[in-house]
Amino acid sequence: MTTYLLTGARPLGGDPTDVLLADGVVAALGAQARRAGGDAHVVEADGLVLLPGLVDLHTHLREPGREDAETVESGTRAAALGGFTAVHAMANTTPTQDTAGVVEQVWRLGRDAGWCDVHPVGAVTVGLAGERLAELSAMARSAAAVRVFSDDGRCVHDPVVMRRALEYVKAFDGVVAQHAQEPRLTEGAQMHEGVVSAELGLTGWPSVAEEAIVARDVLLAEHVGSRLHVLHLSTAGSVEIVRWAKARGIDVTAEVTPHHLMLTDERARGYDPRFKVNPPLRTAEDVEAVREGLADGTIDTVGTDHAPHAREDKDCEWAAAAFGMTGLETALSVVQAVMVDTGRMTWVDVARVMSSAPARIGRLTGQGRPIAPGEPANLTLVDPAARRVVVPEQQATASVNSPFAGQELPGSVVATFLRGRATVLDGALVEQGARV
Amino acid sequence: MRHLLSAADLDRDEAVLVLDTAGQMAATQAREIKKLPTLRGRTVVNLFFEDSTRTRISFETAAKRLSADVINFSAKGSSVSKGESLKDTALTLQAMGADAVVIRHQASGAPHTLAYSGWTHGAVVNAGDGMHQHPTQALLDAYTLRRHLVGDGGRADATGRDLAGVHVAIVGDVLHSRVARSNVQLLRTLGARVTLVAPPTLVPVGVHSWPAEVSYDLDEVLATGPDAVMMLRVQRERMSSAGGGFFPSPLEYTRGYGLDARRLAVLPDHAVVLHPGPMNRGLEISADAADSPRAVIVEQVANGVAVRMAVLYLLLAGGEPGARTGDGQGRTHVRTDETRAHA
Repeated sequence: MTTYLLTGARPLGGDPTDVLLADGVVAALGAQARRAGGDAHVVEADGLVLLPGLVDLHTHLREPGREDAETVESGTRAAALGGFTAVHAMANTTPTQDTAGVVEQVWRLGRDAGWCDVHPVGAVTVGLAGERLAELSAMARSAAAVRVFSDDGRCVHDPVVMRRALEYVKAFDGVVAQHAQEPRLTEGAQMHEGVVSAELGLTGWPSVAEEAIVARDVLLAEHVGSRLHVLHLSTAGSVEIVRWAKARGIDVTAEVTPHHLMLTDERARGYDPRFKVNPPLRTAEDVEAVREGLADGTIDTVGTDHAPHAREDKDCEWAAAAFGMTGLETALSVVQAVMVDTGRMTWVDVARVMSSAPARIGRLTGQGRPIAPGEPANLTLVDPAARRVVVPEQQATASVNSPFAGQELPGSVVATFLRGRATVLDGALVEQGARV
Repeated sequence: MRHLLSAADLDRDEAVLVLDTAGQMAATQAREIKKLPTLRGRTVVNLFFEDSTRTRISFETAAKRLSADVINFSAKGSSVSKGESLKDTALTLQAMGADAVVIRHQASGAPHTLAYSGWTHGAVVNAGDGMHQHPTQALLDAYTLRRHLVGDGGRADATGRDLAGVHVAIVGDVLHSRVARSNVQLLRTLGARVTLVAPPTLVPVGVHSWPAEVSYDLDEVLATGPDAVMMLRVQRERMSSAGGGFFPSPLEYTRGYGLDARRLAVLPDHAVVLHPGPMNRGLEISADAADSPRAVIVEQVANGVAVRMAVLYLLLAGGEPGARTGDGQGRTHVRTDETRAHA
């Protein structure tokens, strides 16, 4: 395996130092790294920020079933280019990831692709139908070792089923990740309910439809003493509820997406389906609240909710278009733009919300670790001074439904290392044949 | 203005121009030979994804009176029912040389998508999209209001005038109404004052940003003496898809928001009653009110043809097919003299 000497890198944005990667781990730092790295491949990293490899709790890889939108191969290529060393693949595939067989299939596809670790998310209920618990234990004990369970795309809306799921996963230290959406309040919903939806004549998705489920679930989690993770939280009210729950000692974590950190429902004007997403883009007040919640630790993680769609599923009128946006290759840039470059967060905070916290929630022992000798060399090297215009057709994801198309964003991933092996160097994928 | 997608596309002068042009078109319709050669050689496609016999016939009549070739395309029984997308339908029509596409679609924003997607190069006229907009309905309503309320009871020439000082109450199912959305914008553009009256369940969240007052009490509003009352159809078909339950019973709705003889009697003598049709008689409007001399509902239909002639004329006459004249600043220059109209 190639050894790498990163010269002048800034771990977590701190002082420049040299970092030696050998045998899959961070072998040495500083002068010792320089001394021991005589034969290493040198990566000049002056001024570049070194982060623990990013971990996404919320990726849709679409395989099996919708390989026209994304495959495990294309999705994990995108992940590597985005600086991710581990992703959780959501369960709403066809067939659904609700058995040990399917989660093992996805896990193996990820392992064979080799671009990052793929951890399948198990469905909470059979076929995501919300009625009968899937075989959670079998998935947990499979080769995929599932720890995160979710019907994402659908809400586990039956309170009894949700209670049972929360209780059941305690046996293997699992977590239920809820897509908080009260289904009756969102029937036919097309976008956030408010001034813009009223004007555009689109059925609204009210904030309270999310907040009602978040409030119910934190109380259920408290009652049964289990772990709850709130997926893609999007409203100021949800932030307040999670803040209250944490203050009360409830074991709840929460996630926000990059697009909810940057974009508002004003983008729906023009009916461009690239901005159609679930939960919908909210108001400027909501955006401010989720930024504040992420900065003060109320929101634990940034999850991409990378949702690729085939071109025909977005190249149509708004009402007929699918919900969802791609995000793996732009997530870090968006977080830098709205949180770091504005002074609301440091790179240490970024490492927390995009690496260590999601790794902890997903119970990944080898990810999200400190950058220290002996630790697994899952690392991301970022050039914060770079700027780039997003061109979806040039991305690795198989789909082009990026809400940031044509937009200039700061920062770029220069290199990604998966257990000491470069998956990305000089901003480009290191193809299998070039690996050593 | 290359397309007409929303009442918001029109500023005050443009809206008045459409109304003035409609007046001239209406004048030609009193003649023995109603047909004008203005759009000879142009092709107008009526692309209807949603049933609407009266609007389709109105546009068809308008286009034919201007000598355009008209193609009617209904989603029912067409390739759309076999799964063809709006995009492919539009590309087909484009290949057939449509200069204008009049589109009615159940999805809000579909005309906008058609206009700006590059799928067609012709002018796009929104003939009603979901709960969003129905701009020609608003224009024909404004035209009807101007005829009755501006000048000396309609006898004086209202050309060049807007609706400043006119108070219009729009009553009923505002939530699901593209007519209400269009009218609020256009009436305000023309200087009218608008009061929306509906039960709270049929008022959209976010209505506070609209340039209109909101009341839940019809009798209270009628007592202020509005110049016009525009009744909206209760769209029960949309309610069923959205879960229903917007009001407890038809009887309770009628008691609270129905226009009947008693409420009609409260109105000032000059006030008129409008309804976009089709009416639910006995629900939002009683037979007494619908058939009263104050009701200008049938006249609205006739005015619709003149207004749609004006819109098609302004969008298509002059320049290349699919283009229109303009000063490059979104302003319309149209020769509205009869010489031009007969050219």
